[in-house]
Amino acid sequence: MAKTKLKTGAQMVVDMLVDEGVEMLWGLTGGAVLPIFDALYQNRDRIQLIDTRHEQGAIHMAEGYAKATGKVGVCIATSGPGATNIVTGLTDAYMDSVPLVAITGQVPSPLIGTDAFQEADVVGITRSCTKHNFLVKNIQELPQIMRDAFFIARTGRPGPVLVDIPKDIAAASAEVPYPKHSTVPLSKLMPTADMSQIEKMAELIKHAKRPLIYAGGGVINAGASEALYKFARKTNIPVTLTLMGLGAYPAGDRQFIDMLGMHGSYRANMTLTHCDLLIAIGARFDDRVTGKLSGFSPNSKKIHIDVDPTSIGKNVKVDAHILGDMNTILAALAKQVGSQDYEEWYDQIDVWQKKHPLAYKQPANGPVKPQFAVDEIYRLTKGDAIITTEVGQHQMWAAQYYKFNKPRRWITSGGLGTMGFGFPAAIGAAFAFPDSTVIDIAGDGSFQMTMQELAIVKQYNLNVKIIILNNKFLGMVKQWQDLFFDKRYASTSIPVQPDFVKLAECYGIKGYRAETIEEVTEVLTEVFKSKEPCIVDIAVDVEEHVYPMVPAGGANTDMVLSKEHDQERVAAERAAARAKGGKK
Amino acid sequence: MRHTISVLVNNHSGVLSRVSNLFSARGYNIDSLVVGITDDPKVSRITIVVRGDERVIDQVEKQLNKLIDTIKVVDLTHDDFIARDLALIKVKAEPHTRSQVMEIVQCFDGKIVDVALKSFIIEVTGKESKINAMVELLKNYGILEMVRTGEVAISRGKKVHEETEKQVKVKAGKAGQSNL
Ligand SMILES: Cc1ncc(C[n+]2csc(CCOP(=O)(O)OP(=O)(O)O)c2C)c(N)n1
Repeated sequence: MAKTKLKTGAQMVVDMLVDEGVEMLWGLTGGAVLPIFDALYQNRDRIQLIDTRHEQGAIHMAEGYAKATGKVGVCIATSGPGATNIVTGLTDAYMDSVPLVAITGQVPSPLIGTDAFQEADVVGITRSCTKHNFLVKNIQELPQIMRDAFFIARTGRPGPVLVDIPKDIAAASAEVPYPKHSTVPLSKLMPTADMSQIEKMAELIKHAKRPLIYAGGGVINAGASEALYKFARKTNIPVTLTLMGLGAYPAGDRQFIDMLGMHGSYRANMTLTHCDLLIAIGARFDDRVTGKLSGFSPNSKKIHIDVDPTSIGKNVKVDAHILGDMNTILAALAKQVGSQDYEEWYDQIDVWQKKHPLAYKQPANGPVKPQFAVDEIYRLTKGDAIITTEVGQHQMWAAQYYKFNKPRRWITSGGLGTMGFGFPAAIGAAFAFPDSTVIDIAGDGSFQMTMQELAIVKQYNLNVKIIILNNKFLGMVKQWQDLFFDKRYASTSIPVQPDFVKLAECYGIKGYRAETIEEVTEVLTEVFKSKEPCIVDIAVDVEEHVYPMVPAGGANTDMVLSKEHDQERVAAERAAARAKGGKK
Repeated sequence: MRHTISVLVNNHSGVLSRVSNLFSARGYNIDSLVVGITDDPKVSRITIVVRGDERVIDQVEKQLNKLIDTIKVVDLTHDDFIARDLALIKVKAEPHTRSQVMEIVQCFDGKIVDVALKSFIIEVTGKESKINAMVELLKNYGILEMVRTGEVAISRGKKVHEETEKQVKVKAGKAGQSNL
């Protein structure tokens, strides 16, 4: 693209998007961003713009697309309220390392700083929730900024980048050559692996009797699932995954021992606590994984493989680490290690599994257990669907009971825990994979946060199934109230709800309701036969809790395993409190 | 422990706020933060004095490095380095105390840069500890006002920022504009 022509800033934005391989983007228009929307309209044969009903919808769609494909998701919004509406999505993408470029219109340059109509200090507001952001001050720098934005978003640990473009710059014309490369040095974003550490790691692995691989979303971001599989299979070391890592290792594999952490399985958390070598790969020792730090895998040596230097030693001290491209590192490490049978170790893990497997009891005539619904979704889609979730109990049941054998089929908001994420994310994924079934496993509370995007599934006839595990409660918070607040249900009962079946119908899609297990099976069987969007409203048991559960602030071994178990815990605490009171 | 960290950054608008934001967002404690130009108009130097244990300092360095506009971060603390703080101190100087104050100024290699009927303005540069000591003494006579720059620092001998040594030498006294 050497030869230059006189072009508007808006045209440059579109050209750079196309040049970066962007096929589609999501957004909602407005005054300050009008010139760019106009250019997008004129170039609609080169790039598809999907008009959403809310900017939060747009950015979560871009995230869903990015998480499903690994490509950079793009969204666009106007100045002021349009831009502030994407702040949640930016923070979500920042926490979960989602490659994203957000373009915002800004008031014309001469008006910046004057409290102009629909002016907001967007680079200021988003500084701490973006990997980087730019305010374009001059049309000459616009193409380079666009190039840099994409490079930063996708390189190393991915993340969101925002480009704020004043209206006058989008409307102005200039001749500016399009740069081929970013000005940001690669080394800034992607450390080169220090291979001298490999030997030390191999040595630690060789001497371990009870090793464990703990892998996270970083493996998926790096496209290193295959490399992880080879490494794990070669060494025969058991594997546990974080919430964000589900799918990075096949759930059906015999070395896989479930998700770990706050709602991880008993065997995963016990294995974690008792291992003598913990190999963390693309995971960041999040507090939902570690529990109380003093109780976190206390007797293990620790190895950390990651791409982000700030993740090393942030929460947990490690004995060896290596930074860089995970594929390269895992391949090199796999070459250096041998296999062991770890027979005693696997036997022990089996004992834990038999003692407390992930399980629930579905009474034949009783209310539908939410876990049963997830099980049925899994069975009927044969594990082949792309699953997104909202945030709450349903999210954890989906994580526990839907088994992922491939990466990028599990799309959830982990770091920020954003209610309202799942439905628009499902739309984004459906645009990326129109032939797949995409299911938003939703809570009734969360879905009501972004359900205005139903118009989009109708308009594009997307194969998105919204399956609501409806407990008429903000269930996860109710669970905490049940456990820690004496069942005082402050603000968690939401009995007044739309009729979700009619809601579907009023948007022109199909709606279904299921209240018994037979109906669940019947309805799900039917909806998966079609490629059309729908809402399935399943009435589930309000009293069900997500177990196991590591209480906040507790160690991973303090898992509460069932209601009965919890009642014992509460009784013991009360007795202790009484005993203490008596002494006074 | 107290660390002096020298950071070279692109002289882009918003960089200072990115850096200070990082400290407030992550709850790190800064003693002082000084920004100045270098002889390359595209590059600025930020000198930060921060307190924290090893883990905190390690995070501070890594987080600073992670900012796209950061060119280089060096913790000077373990190097042989020279640090200076500048203070302007307005101190009471009554007829019967003037000579004593002047003696103190002399002892600390300071200068009297302004004389009023009942006060002096004293200029002094030096290590933070030296200035603290002087301030302690002057308190006895009554400090009316004081302003300090915070610490700037440079390593002795070899260049701290090898990669950019050509462009980056602090030119004292040269007027320049920081966009930060
Ligand atoms: C935007 C947002 N607000 C509040 C919360 C706090 N929160 C976490 S889970 C939850 C309840 C979710 O209820 P629902 O979507 O019905 O799912 P359930 O837990 O019942 O399955 C709430 C309010 C949140 N995560 N996100």
